[in-house]
Amino acid sequence: MNKALVVDNVSKYFDGKSEVSLLKQWQARLTGGEIEKPKPINAVKDVTFEVNRREIYGVLGPNGSGKSTLIRMISTLLIPDEGTITVFGCDSVKEEIAVKRMINRVSVDAAFFKKLSPRENLLYGARLYGVSAAEADVTARDILQRLGLRPNSYTAPMEEMSRGMQQKVAIARAFLTQPILLLLDEPTTGLDPRSKREVQAFINELRDTHDATIVLTTHDMQEAEALCERIAILDEGEIVAEDTPDGLKRRVKGDNGNPPTLDDVFLQLTGKHLVKEDESSEEEVIEPVL
Amino acid sequence: MLGHLTLDNVKREVRQEFAFVARNFNLVKRYWAWELVWLCYSTANALAVSFIGAGVGVISPDSNVNTQFLITYLIIGTLVWGFMSQIFNNIAEMIAWERWEGTIEYTFMAPIRRISQMIGQMIFAVLYAMWFVMVIGTAMVLFFDIDLSNANLGGMLVILLAGSVSFAGIGVVGSILPLLYPERGAQMTHIIQAFLLLVSGVYYPTSVLPDWLQFFSQFSPATYVLEGMRTAVLPGSTRSDNLFSYILPLLVIGVVMLPLGVYLFQRAEVYAKRKGCLKRNG
Ligand SMILES: Nc1ncnc2c1ncn2[C@@H]1O[C@H](COP(=O)(O)OP(=O)(O)OP(=O)(O)O)[C@@H](O)[C@H]1O
Ligand SMILES: [Mg+2]
Repeated sequence: MNKALVVDNVSKYFDGKSEVSLLKQWQARLTGGEIEKPKPINAVKDVTFEVNRREIYGVLGPNGSGKSTLIRMISTLLIPDEGTITVFGCDSVKEEIAVKRMINRVSVDAAFFKKLSPRENLLYGARLYGVSAAEADVTARDILQRLGLRPNSYTAPMEEMSRGMQQKVAIARAFLTQPILLLLDEPTTGLDPRSKREVQAFINELRDTHDATIVLTTHDMQEAEALCERIAILDEGEIVAEDTPDGLKRRVKGDNGNPPTLDDVFLQLTGKHLVKEDESSEEEVIEPVL
Repeated sequence: MLGHLTLDNVKREVRQEFAFVARNFNLVKRYWAWELVWLCYSTANALAVSFIGAGVGVISPDSNVNTQFLITYLIIGTLVWGFMSQIFNNIAEMIAWERWEGTIEYTFMAPIRRISQMIGQMIFAVLYAMWFVMVIGTAMVLFFDIDLSNANLGGMLVILLAGSVSFAGIGVVGSILPLLYPERGAQMTHIIQAFLLLVSGVYYPTSVLPDWLQFFSQFSPATYVLEGMRTAVLPGSTRSDNLFSYILPLLVIGVVMLPLGVYLFQRAEVYAKRKGCLKRNG
């Protein structure tokens, strides 16, 4: 099977927060008055894309554009309201366990039991996937050493580690279970430049030697350019462009006559709604420059 | 659902269940100072309640109380309640705890069946409750003269185990609340526990309660565990033959509550994943 991931017309809505206080809402209810329904947030709008086996696929977009929501739906942590997600032929809702066996995810926040050591956290994670503790222990030490973690941190509580170090343990946790689809939600946020490169090299290696497929979100354009074969740009929950990094750059104008960069792509393709609010005729900015 | 019963599947299943046992014992170890505080507090509390038994004869000298009987009665109450509430707590708070640590998404993303997760939590909860009660029990033995020569120890153990299963079932139902209500859920499980303490006759026979509260007593597994234990330990009661009348309701509650709890939990999980209440930052 060549398609690692198929996201088909997927939408997600969240209940919005009401502006009216709870007390007022009850008053209105009791007196039979109008109850103002909060507007639902449409976090992901009719998104469709496919990722090939062994591809590194990037998802870029401004804060709040729905990247994490999309990643969560692929990780089975959220159920799509519309559309379907298929991982190597398995439906993310109907064949949840099968999908879970194939995936793992690294999120921005390194979520761990703070008082437990990396070792205790990682063995817990590995056991959940049915990996033996002895095996996981060896692999974990190996990965963490590669990522430059000092050996004595391995058995000290997580809370004593810096954010960047915790993030490396989070990456090790995901790699330990040998996922064939790895979901990386801003995996290098908070890492110093050297650690970033180490992680990026590791991501490439994982794809090359372990045949993994990777979906990556990031706010680091250089990282996206260095790693991703194709990139989708998400804005307000919608995919506004999908192409190779070079293909995307061809769609926009460079700044001050310089050749266009992914930064230009990002700035010009996203945030249209912000521009629309003050100047309505700004649509013209995005013109393919061929 | 278990897939084929191969050695590999069984191994995986055991590892997954053990993941929770090992993790929780690691947490106990790392939060040892809090554990110590909690043990001291619970021990003092149990002793204080049991001293009421010694005190009654002094408070009203004319009353005709059997002090030794009363003390034993109260000690059984504190120990059994200590055991049961530890089981309930450890299971009911599993979601609230992971929410607080921030690990909930990682546990829910793992390819593990909920029933395996619950079994893992239950094994830990029972082991932990045993250790907890052993510590308090030791303190009791040091302070009071406890006579177990007439007790039916085998019967006690069976009642306790049967009670564990039904309390675990109630715990699973309680753990749903923090899943559905990220902010208030954990508080609500404490209310359930408080209510069980009130209606189950921990320190008094349920017959002293107002009728409407007695109505609820019959649904609490703790009622049967406590009555059963007292029958097994206290002098003057008929022995083993009627213990079964306490074990039966416990088994019934357990057999109903545990699968029902897991079913409701799975429903709640689907709801949480639709509404986005597992976690939202990032
Ligand atoms: N569980 C949730 N409940 C309610 N609203 C949510 C939930 N998760 C996300 N949202 C909303 O959905 C929208 C998209 O959020 P999301 O976290 O997916 O954005 P993002 O692209 O990952 O942003 P960032 O770059 O800041 O990480 C936001 O408006 C957010 O407030
Ligand atoms: Mg995000």
